[in-house]
Amino acid sequence: MLFCFSQLVTAQFNIPDKPEFQTSVYDYINLLSSTEKSALENKLVKYSDTTSTQIVVAIIATTKGENIGLLAPKWAQEWGVGQAKEDNGVFILLAKDDRKIWISPGYGVEHKLTAGIVGEITRNVIIPEFKTGSFYSGLDKGADAIFQLLMGEYQGSRQNTTTTNIPIEKIIFMIFIFIIFVIAISKNKRGGGGGGNGNNRRPTSILDAIILSNMGRGSYGGGFGSSSGGGSFGGGGGFGGGFGGGGFSGGGAGGSW
Amino acid sequence: MKKWLIPVIIIAVIVLGFYKWGVGFNNTAVTLNENVGEAWGNVQTSYQRRNDLIGNLVKTVQGAADFERSTLTDVIEARAKATSTTINPENITPEQLQQFNEAQGGLSSALSRLLVSVERYPDLKSNQNFLKLQDELTSTENTIQTARVRYNETIKPYNNHVKTFPNSLLAGLFNFDAKPYFDAEAGAEKPVDVDFDFK
Repeated sequence: MLFCFSQLVTAQFNIPDKPEFQTSVYDYINLLSSTEKSALENKLVKYSDTTSTQIVVAIIATTKGENIGLLAPKWAQEWGVGQAKEDNGVFILLAKDDRKIWISPGYGVEHKLTAGIVGEITRNVIIPEFKTGSFYSGLDKGADAIFQLLMGEYQGSRQNTTTTNIPIEKIIFMIFIFIIFVIAISKNKRGGGGGGNGNNRRPTSILDAIILSNMGRGSYGGGFGSSSGGGSFGGGGGFGGGFGGGGFSGGGAGGSW
Repeated sequence: MKKWLIPVIIIAVIVLGFYKWGVGFNNTAVTLNENVGEAWGNVQTSYQRRNDLIGNLVKTVQGAADFERSTLTDVIEARAKATSTTINPENITPEQLQQFNEAQGGLSSALSRLLVSVERYPDLKSNQNFLKLQDELTSTENTIQTARVRYNETIKPYNNHVKTFPNSLLAGLFNFDAKPYFDAEAGAEKPVDVDFDFK
């Protein structure tokens, strides 16, 4: 660690701590309006849901004199953007006052997002939008261009678990509850038929209460609870499972406007 | 009988203790050494990548009809020299690293001179292939820089392990020498001299 600092003598920019809530857009200077931000955020989180590729946009005012081309991959590596096994993270750093943007691909996407291609995207797609002052559409179009380049590269595992596994689990759970419920009711009826025995009534009413409370949780709470390890549902919730720990070589490309 | 049994047991325990210590030291050193080797591999890969790119760059620039011969020849020669200087990560000595640094640094400065002279060739500067190569080169310079920082980071625990006192006795015995760091201020080494002007 110490050496790291002595190496980058000019390094004054402190990379923010890895955030608790891990999502796709970190706008530290409120450059985007809140609707723009959430639109971009949802788009990138959804993309991550289907492909497991995490694209993170960070917007800062300035790198404080640090080389943005070194800062971006270092930052991305520290946060561990992308999945650990696939290393499929992409980190986009925008320094508004420096008028610079840098796109740093993880090891696993470098072969598609080569510096030459990323540089081209920056020059031809992103920068022209930035020049007109439209940061949102520059980032949005840039993201689209990246999607296109990475098409079919990685499959998301999470989408499968949310669409197929959870409902089956839920159905089994519901059937189970239903059976217990039926048994409980039939028992209760028998008890009632027996003439309202006080000793008999208390246990069943507790059972009822448990079942009913389970029902309440089972219908939705249970579903979410079981999937919280890997599940965010269609954006707004950040990346499911957070940053996966992807690695970055330090490569990447960018430009200024 | 019993009188000499006790010293024997004590000696056995001490020997076993030393043995455990030695094995523990050795295994940790081997693991750390592996990490260093891997990090060095990344350093070399990124330099190799730069060499390949420079090959392409030279070809592209040569295409620009009347490009100054001498600048190009410098780059080609520096590249040949850098390619021939390789290091075995098992026993990196400070001198070897110095040599490596000088060879690569020579290439860096020849390269930056080439890129400065490109400024005088507007056709070349707006050539899409050339722009792409520039991006690739910048990216590779950053990768080199990152690889070097990470290499130094893996050296640190290794050197600490090998150089601190009781271990240092064993290090000599098992031939684990301390490894040299990449020097940030080693004159020739200003890798990001190849800083491109994005405009």
